[in-house]
Amino acid sequence: MKARVTVTLKSGILDPQGKAIEGALKTLGVNGVASVRQGKVFDIEIEGSDRAKVEAALKSAAEKLLANTVIENYRIDVSG
Amino acid sequence: MKAAVVVFPGINRERDMARALRLVSGKEPAMVWHADTALPAGTDLVVIPGGFSYGDYLRCGAIAARAPIMDAVRAFAQKGGLVLAVCNGFQIACESGLLPGVLMRNAQLRFICRDVYLRVERSDTPFTRGYNGGQVIRVPVAHGEGNYIADGETIARLEGEGRVLFRYSSPDGIVDPNWNHNGAMNGIAGIINDRGNVLGMMPHPENHVEAVMGRTDGRGLFAGLVDHFKAAA
Repeated sequence: MKARVTVTLKSGILDPQGKAIEGALKTLGVNGVASVRQGKVFDIEIEGSDRAKVEAALKSAAEKLLANTVIENYRIDVSG
Repeated sequence: MKAAVVVFPGINRERDMARALRLVSGKEPAMVWHADTALPAGTDLVVIPGGFSYGDYLRCGAIAARAPIMDAVRAFAQKGGLVLAVCNGFQIACESGLLPGVLMRNAQLRFICRDVYLRVERSDTPFTRGYNGGQVIRVPVAHGEGNYIADGETIARLEGEGRVLFRYSSPDGIVDPNWNHNGAMNGIAGIINDRGNVLGMMPHPENHVEAVMGRTDGRGLFAGLVDHFKAAA
């Protein structure tokens, strides 16, 4: 099955990289951007057809490695 | 003092650390590879040095924290063994649960490579007994992700329990935003765990132990540890 795990910073965590990107967009003439926060996307192909099992495995992957849950949230989207 | 320096792929400060340990303790430390599953018998001090383990991939120290040797390091710390985690080592310690919080990107987004002043907050720990409380030392930093962040509850605990050992300061020991190079909360440069046996710090004391480096302020950390083990023997 294919899945996408999206890791984003928890709100309240300062994101200077996001701010730098925001500034660069402005410089490039992309106006009206109120804020940018940078995250990560992991596209994962995982064996198995049991959706619940796959989601559980991906939750484990996110909790144990993909996200640092001190500062990051994660979202799991399983397709197919 | 039997020291063991843990080496991951991408670590680059292990030789500086081994040199400092050798010069100050008179004993050659063991170099332990990340894929090993055990520390040398009789290890007194585990050191996790600096560098760019696993290229800082995913997050600084994230992959190293999950390497096989870290189970042994965690067990060693659980039994009360002393762990010194410097720079990338501090990041690895936080990722591996040995210390709370996380080191994030420097607030001004620049990699900082320079000497900084640190105020030694207390001298009644094995790591800082070689200094006086309130003493200001000068040591190098070299990091892009040294911005120590933790939630309010953790910071309150760290402060309340006196677990901040080093803060960025002025040469006179004033801690304020002007002297906080990376934006770390409360100017935190180094902390210990709740049991006081694990120290994580961003600066590199190992690079200021010989006169040829211009300063020897870092020597006190290692000399204090040697004394600690002599006294305990």
